[in-house]
Amino acid sequence: MPGPLWGQAGGPLQREAEAVGLRLHAVCAKTIRRFEGDTLSYLALNGLKKNYGPVCAVEGVDLLVEKGEFVSLLGPSGCGKTTTLQMIAGFVEPTAGDIRLDGVDLIKLPPSHRGLGIVFQSYALFPHMTVAKNLAFGLEMRGVASAEIYRRVAETLDLVGLADKAERYPRQMSGGQQQRVALARALIIKPAVLLLDEPLSNLDAKMREEMQIELRQIQQTLGTTTILVTHDQQEALALSDRIVVMSAARVEQIGTPLDVYEKPTTPFVASFLGKTNVFKAEGKRGCLSLGGYDIAFDSVVEGHFVVSVRPEKLSLAPMSSQGLTGRVAMRVFQGNHWLFHIETPAGPAIVISQNNGYCVPAQNDQICLTMKASDLLLHPTVASAS
Amino acid sequence: MKAGREAFVLTAPAVLLFLGIVAVPLVMTVMLSFNEWSSTVGIISVMKIGNYREIFSDVYFAEIFLRTLRISVLVTAACIVFGVPEAYILRRMREPWRSMMILVVIGPLLVSVVARTLGWALIFAGNGLLSQFLLSVGLTDAPVSLMFTETGVVIALTHVLLPFMVLSVWAALGRMDQASEKAAQSLGAGQFTIFRRIVLPQAMPGVLSGSIVVFTLSASAFATPAIIGGRRLKVAATLAYDEFLNTLNWPLGAAVAVLLLVAIILIVVGWNRLVERRYAEVFSQ
Repeated sequence: MPGPLWGQAGGPLQREAEAVGLRLHAVCAKTIRRFEGDTLSYLALNGLKKNYGPVCAVEGVDLLVEKGEFVSLLGPSGCGKTTTLQMIAGFVEPTAGDIRLDGVDLIKLPPSHRGLGIVFQSYALFPHMTVAKNLAFGLEMRGVASAEIYRRVAETLDLVGLADKAERYPRQMSGGQQQRVALARALIIKPAVLLLDEPLSNLDAKMREEMQIELRQIQQTLGTTTILVTHDQQEALALSDRIVVMSAARVEQIGTPLDVYEKPTTPFVASFLGKTNVFKAEGKRGCLSLGGYDIAFDSVVEGHFVVSVRPEKLSLAPMSSQGLTGRVAMRVFQGNHWLFHIETPAGPAIVISQNNGYCVPAQNDQICLTMKASDLLLHPTVASAS
Repeated sequence: MKAGREAFVLTAPAVLLFLGIVAVPLVMTVMLSFNEWSSTVGIISVMKIGNYREIFSDVYFAEIFLRTLRISVLVTAACIVFGVPEAYILRRMREPWRSMMILVVIGPLLVSVVARTLGWALIFAGNGLLSQFLLSVGLTDAPVSLMFTETGVVIALTHVLLPFMVLSVWAALGRMDQASEKAAQSLGAGQFTIFRRIVLPQAMPGVLSGSIVVFTLSASAFATPAIIGGRRLKVAATLAYDEFLNTLNWPLGAAVAVLLLVAIILIVVGWNRLVERRYAEVFSQ
């Protein structure tokens, strides 16, 4: 931190001093605190924990992120994902645990010396500066020469497709454009890690989809290690290399988008990501009984279970088929697919079937739901409350 | 059409009240300032610019007006210097300290200006607290009095008017996105740079409105200059008062009051234009 030694003026001397301090700090930190273990992962969170008084906001997050990886922290509001991000950024001090970036302990560094790029939910653009000045700010703080600043501002604006908007003020831009400026401002400092805090939540649906694609493209072009906080599962599935699903201050599951969707390890993950059907079931010898329908199932122990199955993995069949019987309670046409609400002895079910031109059951028709044993996920009943 | 008439009817009471208590006395004061006065006859109802000619030709009046301007500018500057950081610190405080400190800031407004100024008189006088302290510390070997000095008036007025600046800047900072400070920090800025380059420009609308309030109130302040400045150190407001109530030269007093009003309006409008142009982007939000 610039102390009173550097005088009252915020002139070039002060700025230079801050920039030197920044470099010195980083160099010292790197040489002194090189950590022995975990040298393979770029960013490592180890037992990261945050308590606010008696309330636990984050309970022991362990996460290893590789260089260039795009990782999403996904969960409902209040699950601790934003607090985790804030701890990486340095705005919240962890109660316990450590954060290492390329072997350097980040915890003791103030946010200004961590060299991370952050995009805030509100964008947090400087309203009194033009777009170019907003972008230049981070470089000025690093004591970059003005010709170099000019070059990099132009280059970064080009990257986000705002080359002609350099002299605009944030207020004169649309939400999507402001979003790009915020992204450009974070990227221009060539951050070690890019942190995105619900960056797309203030955009309308169409804009959000466009920005998702663009964000992913930019991230892949630059190869910047990125951590995204979001409550939007579709966003996390579309953008990430890996997803960290969080709930109630804990990590529920870490895996690729396909993994967490297809093989959720907890009922919470199954119900949070996408729609899912939850049935009560009873395990018998070699088979599972779902509301009177016995389906062959290996490795099942006797007892009560909760079974979850995705709506698109259920198919509708005539009553004569082998399957779970039910009645069509409601039928909704959604363009490329049909959505059915089915009442079954095992509980209500939703079924999604492609609109492929064949005729579909009508309301109140008796039908039969067929399913493959491999699409069923078994959870012990203790956790069925969720 | 109907809505227009309704609007007229509904605003009529306020308009009448405004005309009655502001416009009419103001027009009458302006008219009065063109009258003449003699010690034998009293007010002579003519329309001449003799009073204005007298004020502009006499150094005595020029000195008083310049002093008023100097005091107001210094008080405004002091309020900005102390009030802006104070408001910023208040914004950064956590509850419940914040609410308590705001009460402390506003608290002085609950005490009458006269009582507060008399308190300052106790401190400033030759045998007052300040003088005794300086004598006992050994910083001076003769009693020091700030009574009847501009410094004394500036200090007392700053104390009286500081809350207006703090509240005004406080409101402006409330409209600022707190995350913009964090963004600056993440980009490598230190605390001082953040304050100077991010917070201060965004606080400018508050600084502007606060300085207009402080400037106009100190230029037209009466109680504080009357008690601390006394007869020896006149400002425009005490001059007008003396002309009206001691000399009984009402037309001259009215001319002083009109000139004070015009000067304040010109300065405020000019200052407003200047700051709004300089920080156009912050104001147009």
